[in-house]
Amino acid sequence: MLAYSSPEEVVFGKSKHPVKCGFNVVIGDGEVIPEVNFTLPSVKVCRDNLREIRKLFRDITTRVLMKCVELSQEQVVVELEHVFEMTQDPQFGAVVTKDIKETMAEFHEKYGLRSALRVTVADIRHRTRPPRMRNGEEVEKVFESFRMCADAGADILSIESTGGKEITDRAIVEGDVEAILFVLGVMAIKDMEFLWREIVNISKRFGVVPGGDTACGFANTAMQLANMGMIPRVMAALVRLASVPRSYIAVKMGAKGPLKDCGYENPAIKMLCGVPISMEGKASACAHSSPLGNIAAATCDLWSNESVQDVKLLGGNAPEVFTEILIYDCRLMNTAAKKSRAFEFRDLLVASDKYLDPQALMLDPDLMYRAAQIVENVKDPYHQVVETAKLVVDTILQETKEGRLRLTDSERRWLGKLGDTVYNMPSDWGEILEYVEKRYEGFFLMEEYGLP
Amino acid sequence: MHELHLLSQAVLEGKEDEARSLVQNLLAMNVNPSRILNEGLIKGMDIVGEKFRAGEYYLPEVLLASKVMHSAFDILKSRFVDAGIRTRGKVVMGTVKGDLHDIGKNIVIAMLEGAGFDVVDLGVDVDSRTFVENVQEIEPHVLGMSALLTTTMPYMKEVIEELEREGLRKRVKVIVGGAPVNERFAMEIGADGYAEDAGEAVQLVRKLLDVKVG
Repeated sequence: MLAYSSPEEVVFGKSKHPVKCGFNVVIGDGEVIPEVNFTLPSVKVCRDNLREIRKLFRDITTRVLMKCVELSQEQVVVELEHVFEMTQDPQFGAVVTKDIKETMAEFHEKYGLRSALRVTVADIRHRTRPPRMRNGEEVEKVFESFRMCADAGADILSIESTGGKEITDRAIVEGDVEAILFVLGVMAIKDMEFLWREIVNISKRFGVVPGGDTACGFANTAMQLANMGMIPRVMAALVRLASVPRSYIAVKMGAKGPLKDCGYENPAIKMLCGVPISMEGKASACAHSSPLGNIAAATCDLWSNESVQDVKLLGGNAPEVFTEILIYDCRLMNTAAKKSRAFEFRDLLVASDKYLDPQALMLDPDLMYRAAQIVENVKDPYHQVVETAKLVVDTILQETKEGRLRLTDSERRWLGKLGDTVYNMPSDWGEILEYVEKRYEGFFLMEEYGLP
Repeated sequence: MHELHLLSQAVLEGKEDEARSLVQNLLAMNVNPSRILNEGLIKGMDIVGEKFRAGEYYLPEVLLASKVMHSAFDILKSRFVDAGIRTRGKVVMGTVKGDLHDIGKNIVIAMLEGAGFDVVDLGVDVDSRTFVENVQEIEPHVLGMSALLTTTMPYMKEVIEELEREGLRKRVKVIVGGAPVNERFAMEIGADGYAEDAGEAVQLVRKLLDVKVG
């Protein structure tokens, strides 16, 4: 049973199971809240300049929070996304977490600003090749980093996990859709189960919220390659929707949301189980381009800028400039809701992007709902992935035939290829495992995924 | 010659068995290996390149064509080794320390290999010592460094400084790339060149090594 009886019920700012955390922040309870993410300018990150790094993070946080106060923004979520060194040296990440949280506490006390801190630990397991996903030193550091950051003041824990990426990075550029679907339906699922079982345990132990994961390493990689003309957009669209079963595993293992901003597959998961979601679109152009600027906001609960480096712009430094942009975006959505026009506004967000790119079409709430139904009704993740991929091909074909979506000849040619592949996927994933083992020999370790 | 046309078509369409069989037939017909290479295989790759630039082909098709060309070229290779013909140049590539992103680097490598360069991939999270040791050992014409983070791009400068300390800097051209990197940064840290994307990287390496196309 899905959390919503129809896609028409799903809208920005409201989720079935709001999340309370931090300094009295309530996510998904009727209001879209900005989620601000920032990163350092071009600076070396190491123990030697820890003092400088800490000062930078404190300064940026102060400026972001002050912008919220100036613009009467009552709630904000701040995200600290670890760079490699912060997870590799868990103490490093924890110290920065503590600094940011203390700054947030000061603003809560002084101005009553309600804020929460999401910490996204870096998935450093793919540092070694082939990656040691379960048994290496890196995985211990990832978990230790979660523990130390939770202890240091994180309110929400997240990760952009990478199980299977060692294969899809090659499979995507080679157009090996069979391998991509195998990874999303088998390897990534097994890794998510392993990883999130422990993240949820840590969250319970420290009384923090297990947020969610994202298929960034798969679907956003494909999106960026499509934007550069390297791979067809229809293939990137397929990777996107076929990522729904994978990212849903975090919630099945106990994640409560808000799901991570760069998971454009999130709306389907919100429809499945009612958790609040973070999304990013036009205001994340500072980090990357996308054809999803408006439609991504249609069902969001947090509205994010993805990541921006601390550089000076005419209007101030980039983090506070993008905080301002997010605040105005959220204010407009929340005003629409207050005036009982949320659904009308949502439909405009959808209509403005939906037919301009097959990837935008994937974010149509109607299609997301159908993907959620597949996950709900199909027996196992591998078959969910295959059925979702068929849904993508059929939908794009239908919309193209009826003239609403236009594709180039080369995109049409690829749509045909995708159709041939997804409709000929074997029923037993063991058959593809043999193929993947042979073609990607040396790229991955079976035992690190619990594969036979 | 019709068979040479068929060979370039086989490369264009990614038909490996067909391309290999055509090369064998052409050799049996005593066609000059240089002609097979230039009018068959390379001509096919040139058309693939044109189609890629025009948005008609995507990277998977370029990589497949490149694989077919290399597979078919293997049959010809011994004739060229005997004649003393070498590759266009050696390149060492890596993503710098602290950075685990490698898909952009991998695409550059694939495109360079497709263009006839020998490339050694050092992987990700590569420290300056490893870069230096490989430059000493492999003696590449070009060293390429990639970074996707603002916090890892400063490390490129450290690598260049280490090359200078070891007296290797003048023996290798250094190129850099990655989302936060730009031409100005490349010049500031003392690199020889910057490329915006994989296509530009190939052009840059050709330019630095003064390789003539075709």
